[in-house]
Formats: sequence, structure tokens, C-alpha cells
Amino acid sequence: MKTHIRGLAVGLSVTLSAALAATPALAQTPKRGGTMTYMIPADAPPSLDGHKENTFATLHATAPFYSTLISINPDNPASSTDFVCDLCTEMPKPTDDGKTYTFKIRKGVKFHDGTPLTAADVAKSWQYIVHPPKGVSSAREAYMVMVDSVENPDDETVVFKLKFATSAFVPALADPFAFIYKKDILEKDPTWYEKNVLGSGPFKFSSYEIGQSIKGVRNPDYYHQGKPYLDGFNAIFAAKQSVRVDAIRADRAVTEFRGMPPSARDELVKELGDKVTVQTGDWNCVNLLTPNQKKKPFDDVRVRRALALAIDQWKGAPALSKIATVHTVGGLVFPGSPLAATKEELTKLVGFGTDIEKARAEARRLLKEAGAEGLKFELMNRNVDQPYKFIATWAIDEWSKIGLKVTQKVLPTGPFYEGLRAGSFEVAVEFNCQNLVNPLLDVAKVLPRSVYPENYGGYEDPKLIELYNAMLHETDPAKQREKMRAFETYALDTQVDTIMTPWWERIIVARSYMKGWKISPSHYINLNLANIWLDK
Amino acid sequence: MYRYILNRLLLSIPTLIGAAALVFVLMRLIPGDICMVRLGGSGGTVSPSALAACHAQIGLERPLPLQFLDFIGGFAVGDFGTSMWSGKPVIQEIASRLPVSLEIALLATIVAVAIAIPLGTISALKQNSWLDHVVRTVAIAGIATPSFWLGILSILIVLDVSHYLFGHPWMPSIDYVPLWDDPLGNLSIVILPAITIGYRYSAVTMRMTRSAMLEVLREDYIRTARAKGLIEQLIVNRHALKNAMLPVVTLVGIEFAFLIGGLVVTEQVFNLNGIGRLFVQAVQNQDYTLTQALVMLTVAIFVVTNLVVDVLYAWLDPRIRFG
Amino acid sequence: MTAVTNDPPVRRRSWLDASSRFARRQPLGTFGLVLVIVAAVAGLSAEWIAPYNPTANDFAAMTEPPSAAHWLGTDQFGRDLLSRIIYGARTALIIGFVSSFVGGFLGLVLGVASAYFGGWIDNVLQRVMDILMAFPLIIMALAVVAIFGTGVHNVIAAITVPLVPRCARVVRSSALSIREVPYIDAARTSGFSHSRIILRHMVPNVVAPFLIMLTAFVGQAILAEASLSYLGLGVQEPTPAWGLMLQGGAEEYASTAPWIAIFPGLAIALTVFGFSLFGDALRDAIDPKMRER
Repeated sequence: MKTHIRGLAVGLSVTLSAALAATPALAQTPKRGGTMTYMIPADAPPSLDGHKENTFATLHATAPFYSTLISINPDNPASSTDFVCDLCTEMPKPTDDGKTYTFKIRKGVKFHDGTPLTAADVAKSWQYIVHPPKGVSSAREAYMVMVDSVENPDDETVVFKLKFATSAFVPALADPFAFIYKKDILEKDPTWYEKNVLGSGPFKFSSYEIGQSIKGVRNPDYYHQGKPYLDGFNAIFAAKQSVRVDAIRADRAVTEFRGMPPSARDELVKELGDKVTVQTGDWNCVNLLTPNQKKKPFDDVRVRRALALAIDQWKGAPALSKIATVHTVGGLVFPGSPLAATKEELTKLVGFGTDIEKARAEARRLLKEAGAEGLKFELMNRNVDQPYKFIATWAIDEWSKIGLKVTQKVLPTGPFYEGLRAGSFEVAVEFNCQNLVNPLLDVAKVLPRSVYPENYGGYEDPKLIELYNAMLHETDPAKQREKMRAFETYALDTQVDTIMTPWWERIIVARSYMKGWKISPSHYINLNLANIWLDK
Repeated sequence: MYRYILNRLLLSIPTLIGAAALVFVLMRLIPGDICMVRLGGSGGTVSPSALAACHAQIGLERPLPLQFLDFIGGFAVGDFGTSMWSGKPVIQEIASRLPVSLEIALLATIVAVAIAIPLGTISALKQNSWLDHVVRTVAIAGIATPSFWLGILSILIVLDVSHYLFGHPWMPSIDYVPLWDDPLGNLSIVILPAITIGYRYSAVTMRMTRSAMLEVLREDYIRTARAKGLIEQLIVNRHALKNAMLPVVTLVGIEFAFLIGGLVVTEQVFNLNGIGRLFVQAVQNQDYTLTQALVMLTVAIFVVTNLVVDVLYAWLDPRIRFG
Repeated sequence: MTAVTNDPPVRRRSWLDASSRFARRQPLGTFGLVLVIVAAVAGLSAEWIAPYNPTANDFAAMTEPPSAAHWLGTDQFGRDLLSRIIYGARTALIIGFVSSFVGGFLGLVLGVASAYFGGWIDNVLQRVMDILMAFPLIIMALAVVAIFGTGVHNVIAAITVPLVPRCARVVRSSALSIREVPYIDAARTSGFSHSRIILRHMVPNVVAPFLIMLTAFVGQAILAEASLSYLGLGVQEPTPAWGLMLQGGAEEYASTAPWIAIFPGLAIALTVFGFSLFGDALRDAIDPKMRER
């Protein structure tokens, strides 16, 4: 009984706070002042250079110092199409059949050392991202293949010329890692930004104690007038979850910007009631159970079908959502997107049926036919609790119900990747996490390795590539959706190249006096703290 | 005596080289490498060209014997290399994290010794009394309890008690402050981890004190002194305690060298930016240079501590010869 | 012939006699033995006494407090905690016993060899032991797990390694005291083989401290598994293991479902406690110098 009441209370507070968060803060005028302490749920990042790194730790530590050309609208961060200008003056319309984008850069922007920021800096930064010179690495090179050149004809204009028109360009341009650096520094020493910070963003660099904390103070010359509201920020590296929860509880920190598991939310809400606000939403991350089709018997589609049929998605998701950071049953596409399958469409795919007993009987039959009854195998997983190990524990139990004996092989990051790349695993718990919601690019994960290097399923399939390209080049939205269904059905149902698990859920718990921040499906965006203010 | 010390120091060289070889080989046996961890850790694309650029930048393509010679040779001249993960000099990485760990280790030792020696002595004097049983039980409980469990519980207890007493939960600041900047704040951060480690440390020391005292108390000369009627207190203080201290000092020294193991777990529990946590990060990141340096540091501390303890032992007890 | 032997006195005692004598003199030790026996019985007969399947998820009964249906409550997956603790005893004791026996045996061999042969063999072995002792267990375990993966076997391997040098050291110093006795040289001159001398004269003398160390090792091994699991390097889900249960439940559910953290922690503490108490009492009983006045 107690659990039900608690659950009700949690549910109520979650709904209420989500509702409150959704309404624009028109009624309240932001208060100025205060230093915000937040936590970064990681150990020290390898470097502070956003161009080179892929980890959210770098971003959480340095985003407040830098500007980008455009970004997702911080007042509407859940959208995947609402882009606003940061350094530009307005969002341009493409010319030349959609192959040329001309941006005008704001006037009067200054780097934190007082020197002016011009289009030359913007262009040079983007050149280093798109076509890095020899010896310089750019982690985003692969996303920008459509860009032919980046030029600045004058001090206020930047021109992007594309090789072909595509709707994937603008979202790629909004990549939160695309900091604008100073041209002179980049040319003199492209590794300078790994250990140093010089940006034009809302906060100026104050101190960095490696592994401990990074701090910033307000930039009084910030070009978005009136912002930031905070006097400064302290970001503390706190890799252990219990420490993060305790710190929020004792008001030693305001929040963390990645996401907390449901148990942490429950504990904080129980202890602090309305002193904390909870924001929840779907997360553009999902775990996939990928069989290695280079290893017998996973090359047999009947075995793969059996693996998918054994898992009860509809019962598992709500149960798991109480203990793990997952929530919504979905197919290949992010559940909030218009391209995503509806529930009716999903139930037609293997493994998404509503009659689990029938599905499991069918699974046993398929295993017997394929001569793989009582199969024993290892599930390779990363050494991360949420939600990887929970997904694995759930899947192993589900598979035991069709007579499979599965053990987990947990590896740290390095050996895990080596296992994936070398194809030495049988079934792996993979993941697909993207910076922004961009379904056309996001679903490329299931494409064969010849086209998408990060695919580890060990299969080649020209038909899959064909279906994908047809969908990518389709301009009519309704037809594109149909083609997406065809692609999804082929990948998940006909071939069972991978098995979906419930999509992640992002839960952000913050002290209630933090205002001005809205949750989004990505823990990579909306991190520069410019709109945040403390109501105390 | 100096010959003995020199001999021991010379003997420690093969130990250090052996440790260096072990960690060198062990780290390179781990599949994958630092570049994969760095680029792939968050699920982004790990393009082959970025991987190759990373390998070249860090120098992972050089032949292994060359890397090993570089490593050993560097150590001989005091050049400990740069961390592969952050590109900063290893010395800087370690130096910035040493103060916290050292402070906890020293505090834990003080706590341990201050509690253990008096309690162990009393326990020995009153063998098999209820006091003895209580002390022994508390000591064994200290050895039997997982230290991280103790740490977690202690944080929770502080939170709950402060909530009950003051109306809002309290915990020390998660932003570390050095001792000279803010002594009270610093102590509040360090005291719980020190007690967590110190409890086990004191338990081990208490048991050793008790057993050493018991042994000494049976010695002939103690019985003679008793027979002569000297006041028991005097006997204990002057003769027994001093002799019993020998094995205790040995133990305290040895356990101090093992503290690094305890620090690894405790620094995770309390989120402290110390050597233990650096060690775990270095191994998980597959940062060869940093891990190698840390292992060498640990082994060196171990060797030096052992040497100091042995010399102290021999110096305190004239009966022991340097054989 | 004045043969100096370490054979026990000829007078035979009945087991009942000896054990009741032990129980009277060492109440704490007896209590420890009882704890150990409880754990052993649980581990051996898990299939018969555990009420539920320890790895069966039950989403209808997640994080339930102790009740008639689940005496110790359920964990976050709805699995019965009592069953998991009972099966966990099996995992703990397997890890504890295998690590300590293998580690102890290797340590015994190396320690005796080191003491008996002396010279450069002793030097080399000493250096190797030093290296292994100085290497922190956690780092060794991290490397072992990174290379070979997690799982019971690899955990045992990782835990065994630091036990070997500790045992070797103690055995070596015990054996050294025998080494100096003149009759060893006499025996060699008389033509007795190395192995005969070692087995008949050196080993019996080190058996007492060795056995006591073994009981301590079992406790340490169980604690080591708990620490490794805390770092995610130990036994993995869904295998029931006390350290793993602590890791999953200790922090996340400490205030909302404390039974998840308390009971496994108690199981570990009581078992290790039992082994330590018993080991202490054993030492007190065996070592003639420690007998009461």
C-alpha cells in the first residue's frame, strides 16, 4: 500500500513539475546573481577541445565558455527542427538549389581576451571541423561529408557550399561541439585548445583542476544582452552516482545535466518534496542487442527471430522504467519523431507482438527447427550500470524462458570496443546515442559496415542499403514515412539484424530554485547556462 | 648498518625493474587502446582516420622494446613521461592528487594508532575478561566489514542525523578545499574517509598489539619482575610495551604501504580526487604511461616503507643482527 | 637416537573430548565456527532450502519490503533476497575456499622452497613476492578483468594472486627457523632427499600458522570479491553473489529500500566475522605459547 501511495506522489509531482517546466517562464522575471554548482557525472575528460572529443564530459565542462554558429532553440530544446542563431544574425534560406548557405555574423562580438570575433574566425573553425589539416583530428568530420567548402568573403559573412542538397546539413551545423575558436590560435597551434580555454561565450574561464572541478565567471561583454544571469558556475567532476544524489540532497550542488535513474529521483523526491523539480523526457539513446552474424548459429535468421520473440517489450518497459533509465517501447526511430512507428505499426514487427506466450512458443519451435535448442552463449556488455546491465539482466531472464542459457561478459570500454571491432562476441549490448534528433542519419546505425563503419553485426546486405537510400532521397514527407516503415520492417523483422530494447528516458532532478532550463532528448545540448537563473 | 641499507637498496632495483616489466606487459595485454576509449566512449563514430591520427599523436605505433626502454630509461633519469589521456606531465597529474591521499593516509594512521595501541594493551593485560572479548569483537568486526559499505553507511548516517537534528541534511562540500585555505572545511571532507580506512587499520593493529603484548608478558624477565613485586604498571610501561612495539611498528609500516589499495575504493565512495581514483582511471583509460608511473610509485613506496620498518626494527631491538 | 620430531603426543583424544574442550575455552571461536557452518550448510544445500529461484525476475514484486511471502524482501528485479543470499553463500564460499587454498598452497610451496634452498633462489623468489605484494589488488583485478573478462573464474584468479606472496612470506619465516637447526644438515649428509626433508621436517612445523592463515584468507577473499563487485569487476548479473548484491542495491536504494543493502552486507560481515573468530581461536588453541597462564 505504501508503495502505491509513494508511486502516486511521485507520479503527481512528476506530472506537475513537467507541466510547470513546459509553460514558458513568462510570469517570473529572472533574478541576477549567484554561483551555480553543478556536477559532471564523469572522470576527467581527455581534453577540453570540443572539436576533437566525443564525450559529454568535455561538453559539460566547456560549453559555457564558447559560442556556436547556430544551436537548437534553448526555449524549445525538445524540438529537432527549431534552430536559432547564436553568432549569426538570422537563419538563411539556402540558395543555388539548396547547395549554398550564406550566414551573416553579428557585429561587436569579442573573445574573452578582448579581441574581436569575425567571420574569419567562424570560417576557420568550421574549416578545421570539416576538412582538418594534416595532423589535426576532427571528430565530426564524418558528419560533415556533404560540405564542399567554407569561405568568408568578408568580415561579416560565412558561406557554406555543399556537394549536394540535403536536409541533414542544418542539424549537423547545430552540433554542440562546434565551438568557434580564434583563427590566429588555430593557425599557430591547433593543439592549444586541448588544454586551454578562450571563447566568446557567456562565461569566462576561471580555473581548472584536473579531475576535480572547472569554474567560470560571468562574461560582462556577452553579445546576448542581459545574459547570463548567473555570476559564475562551478562544475564538479563526480563520477559516483551516490555522491551526486547526496550532494543534491544536502544542497551542495544544484543538479547534473546528464540524467538520473528512477531510484535516485524517487529518493530525492521522498527526501526533499517540492525542494526539487523533476523533468522527464525521452532520450535519443537506445540499447540494441546485436547478434554477430559471422558466428554460428546467429547467421541463421530463425535463431535471431527466436531471440527477438522471447522478449516481452510491452511488459518489460514499464517494469524496467521503475529501476532503469528506460521507458518507451520503440522501433528504429526516436519515439517522439513524426517518422516513428505507431503502436499498431510496431506490433506487426517480430518481437513487438502482444501475445507473449504465442511468441515464445513460436521461438521454441524456431530454435528446434534450427537445431539450436538449449543454446548457450555469452552476452557481451559494457561495464556501465544504467541501463546496460539492467537491460542485460532483463534480456537474460527473458531468454531463459525459451530455454537459452546466457551469461554476461562485462568488459571495460577499451576491451569492449576491441571485441566489437574484432567481431569476437556472440551477442553484444550495443548502443546508439546521437547528439541531436536526426532520424534519417540516426537509423544508419543498422546499415552494413561497408557503408557505416560503426556497424558490428557482421552482415552485408545490398537490399538494406537500397531501401535506405530510397528513403534518404525522398522529398515527400508521407512517402518518406512509408519508406522508413519499409526500411524498419526489413531490418528488424525480415532480417532481425538487431533487437531493440526500450528507448532511454532522461530524468533530470534539480533543486527548485534553478530556473530557465528545459529538458531535451539530448544530454549534449542546452549546456551553456546562459538562460539559467537562481530563484533565491 | 649502512652496508645493510645499501644492500637492500640495491636489491630493490630488480624489484622495481620486475614491477615495470609486469605492468608494461599487463597493460598491453588488455584488448583495445586508449584511442578507442577516448573516441568511442560516448557512442560517437570512431572513424579509422581519427583513430590513426590519435595513435600517431600518442606514439602507440613504435615497436614495443623501444617503448619499454623509453619507459625504463626515463625513470632512471627522472623523466616520468606524459599522460596519454590528458597530455599533461605525469608528475603534474600525480602531484595534484597526492595531497588528498596523503592527508587521508596520515589521518587514518593517527586514528588507528591512537585507538589501537591503548585498547590492544588493555586487552592483553586483561586477557579473557569481558573487556578483552569486547575489544576483540570490535576489532574483528572492523576487519570483517567491507570498507565501502562502511563508507556508504557513514555518509547516510551523517545525512540522516543532521536532517533530524538541524532540519536539513548536511554533507561536506564536494568541491575540495586544501588544508591551508580552509582547515575546517578540509577536515570535514577528509575525516569520514580517514575513519573508514582507519577503522580497519586500527583493528589489525589492535590485534597485533594484543598478541605481541601477550607474548612479551610471558617472557621470563617479566615474570621475574613480577615475582620481585614491582608495581605492575611500571613493568608494563617500561619493559613490555617497548618490546611489544617492535612487531606492532612493523605491522603499522606494512599496512601503511597497503593503504593505497584501501584508498582506491574509499576515494570512489567519497568522490575524492586522489591517487587511488587516478589509478583506476588510468587503468580504465588504458593510459600506459600514467599506469606505469603509478605502479612504480606504489612499488617504490612499498620497498622504502619495508626498508624503513626493518631498519627501525633492528635499531630498536639490539638482539637482532643484520644477517 | 635423539630424533627431534614434531609428531603429536601419542595419547589419543576423542573428537568429542577435544571439541568440547575447545568450546569451553574459546567461546568466541565456537561462535565463529557456528557462523561458518551456517554459511557452509546454506551454500551446500541451496537448491533444497532456498524458497525461490534466485535469478527469476518478478516484475510484479519489485523492491518489496520483508513480508511473509519474501522473508527478507525482494530486490529491484523482484528477486527473492533470501534465496539470493542463500545461493550467494555458495558463490562466496567457492570463491573464498578456492582462492585461499590455491593461493595458500602456492605460497606454501614457494615459501618453503625459498627457505630451504636459500641463496639465489631465495633472492629471486623474494623479489617476485615483493612485486606481487606491492601491486594493489584492485589494479591487478582491473587488468585481469580487462584481459579475460568478468566471471567467477577470473575473479578467483585475480584474488588468488595477492594471497600467494603473503602466505609465502609467513611460511618462509617459519621455515627459516627450522632451516637453522643442525639436524637438517645432518640429514642432508646422511643422504636424505630434499623432498623427504622438506615434507617430514619443514612442512609440519609451518602447518599451524599456515592453517590459521587459510582461515583468514577465506575471509579476505570474500571481502575482496565484495570490493571488486563494487567497482563492477567481480561476478556479474544475474549470478547471486553478496558483493554484487551490495553494489546493485547499496547506493541506489539505501533510503528507499534499505533491506536490499543491509542483508547482503550483514551476510558478508557475519561470514568473515565467523572465519576470523574461528581462525583466532584455532591459533590460540594450537600455538602452545598462547595458552592461558
